[in-house]
Amino acid sequence: MTITTATAPPVPGPVAAPLERLRAGREFGPNVYSTIDVLWVLYDRVLRITPQTLADPERDRFLLSKGHAVAGYYAVLAAKGFVPADWLDDQGGPDSRLGDHPDRLLVPGVEIGSGSLGHGLGLGVGTALGLRAQGRTDPRVYVLLGDAELDEGSNHEAIAYAGATGLTNLTAIVVDNRSASHGWPGGVASRFTVNGWSAATVDGRDHEALHAALTGHDQHRPHVVVAVVENGE
Amino acid sequence: MRETFIASATELLADPRTTIVLADISADAFAPAARRYPDRVVNVGIREQLMMGVAGGLALTGQRPIVHSYAPFLVERAYEQIKLDLDHQGVGAVLVSVGASYDRAAAGRTHLSPADVSLLDTLHGWTVHVPGHPDEVPELLRSVVCGRDSAYLRLSTQRNSRPYGGDGALKVVRDAGPGAALLVAVGPVLDAALAAVADLPVTVAYTHRPRPFDTAGLRALAGTEVILVEPYLAGTSARVVSEALADRPHRLLSLGVGRSELRRYGTAEDHTRWHGLDADGLRRSVDGFLRVPSALG
Repeated sequence: MTITTATAPPVPGPVAAPLERLRAGREFGPNVYSTIDVLWVLYDRVLRITPQTLADPERDRFLLSKGHAVAGYYAVLAAKGFVPADWLDDQGGPDSRLGDHPDRLLVPGVEIGSGSLGHGLGLGVGTALGLRAQGRTDPRVYVLLGDAELDEGSNHEAIAYAGATGLTNLTAIVVDNRSASHGWPGGVASRFTVNGWSAATVDGRDHEALHAALTGHDQHRPHVVVAVVENGE
Repeated sequence: MRETFIASATELLADPRTTIVLADISADAFAPAARRYPDRVVNVGIREQLMMGVAGGLALTGQRPIVHSYAPFLVERAYEQIKLDLDHQGVGAVLVSVGASYDRAAAGRTHLSPADVSLLDTLHGWTVHVPGHPDEVPELLRSVVCGRDSAYLRLSTQRNSRPYGGDGALKVVRDAGPGAALLVAVGPVLDAALAAVADLPVTVAYTHRPRPFDTAGLRALAGTEVILVEPYLAGTSARVVSEALADRPHRLLSLGVGRSELRRYGTAEDHTRWHGLDADGLRRSVDGFLRVPSALG
């Protein structure tokens, strides 16, 4: 009955050690493994941000909206040098900076504190608007959500507005592990495309496909990447 | 006050950090500003969760958001966004409401929000301004927009006959001498309060800034009897006053808008009377409060 690491899906090489240290013998749910590939592709190949450019206004912004997908996030941040490896011990403990949801004031590289679902995309729209108001056309804002998180109506306020106003510097990433209680008939992407977004739906484990999708935006509208991952993997 | 706010906020757009966030309310009035500053006057449509989320995101990039709508839609509808998208992220915004308490009484319960200050008072570190006259608005808006922390500016159609201004410290408007009862009036209730106690030995002090409440001024002015008159939920500042005077025997009367839903329309003046906040109603409450010790004594 115990799920061991032997049955957990493989994770990107550099993430394995920090993830194992963070896990500390606990079991991780499927949501950890469903998100880790897209996080790795983002931090390894897409986002223009390093531990040295955390405060650079020209950096790309990554906003983790589904804050419970935190284990892979911390592991990737550790693998990339944003947080020291010894912070990975005792997650959620009284002296730990790493909670079960991330806090931007406690963890370097974390752009938003999240945990309550449905906040990241609105914050992302505001961030994109702020960058635009400052004339910063290079940085891009990436917001990662889950398909169940899309149940929250706040997302649909943001999707409609960003599409209607052609917010070009915004990419939403929806990890679709089919966990929404009532599903999304017609697919997740259609909720975005009907509002004027460009969209790509790809295998959430396929790093090349993820990379192509995450860099596949055009200059005229917001972009969504739906990363499909089978639940329970 | 709304017109004064729109003019002042438009002027503040000269600072490239200032960004106005709207959810359709007052969008027409800000249209000229939006034409001049299209990237910094943002109307998200009738989407209050997004309005507050956008404010948080703007602040994360270093912009200074002014978020404006009707009080219930600004403060109550997206309260979790205020708590998380501003406070939890460690960023601030300036919230400016119209439609205070029962300004639009005929619109019914949906447009009443006497609990707005109380609700924001569950959060930490907010400055709350309740101007009593339109002429107090420009300086208050400028001062909070120039800061970095969160602030709430509560605009109303209720007003005193003249501005009293000041920096938010309790300002003695009528001094009844040592030992007199102290009445603190917040914002637009001052005129009625002055009329109510005109022939009573009651010192009257004014403030437009219930948060942070001027507790030092309160301790300097207060004797044994303290009367609070607030244009929002009765008792909103009772906690602050009680804490400030915890080491002194004192009695406190907290007057304001009642909690029960009256389910009546009418005018703002009608509601002022029904909540006992007109001069006659305040007088009855104050008389009852001040009679108690002599009756006992």
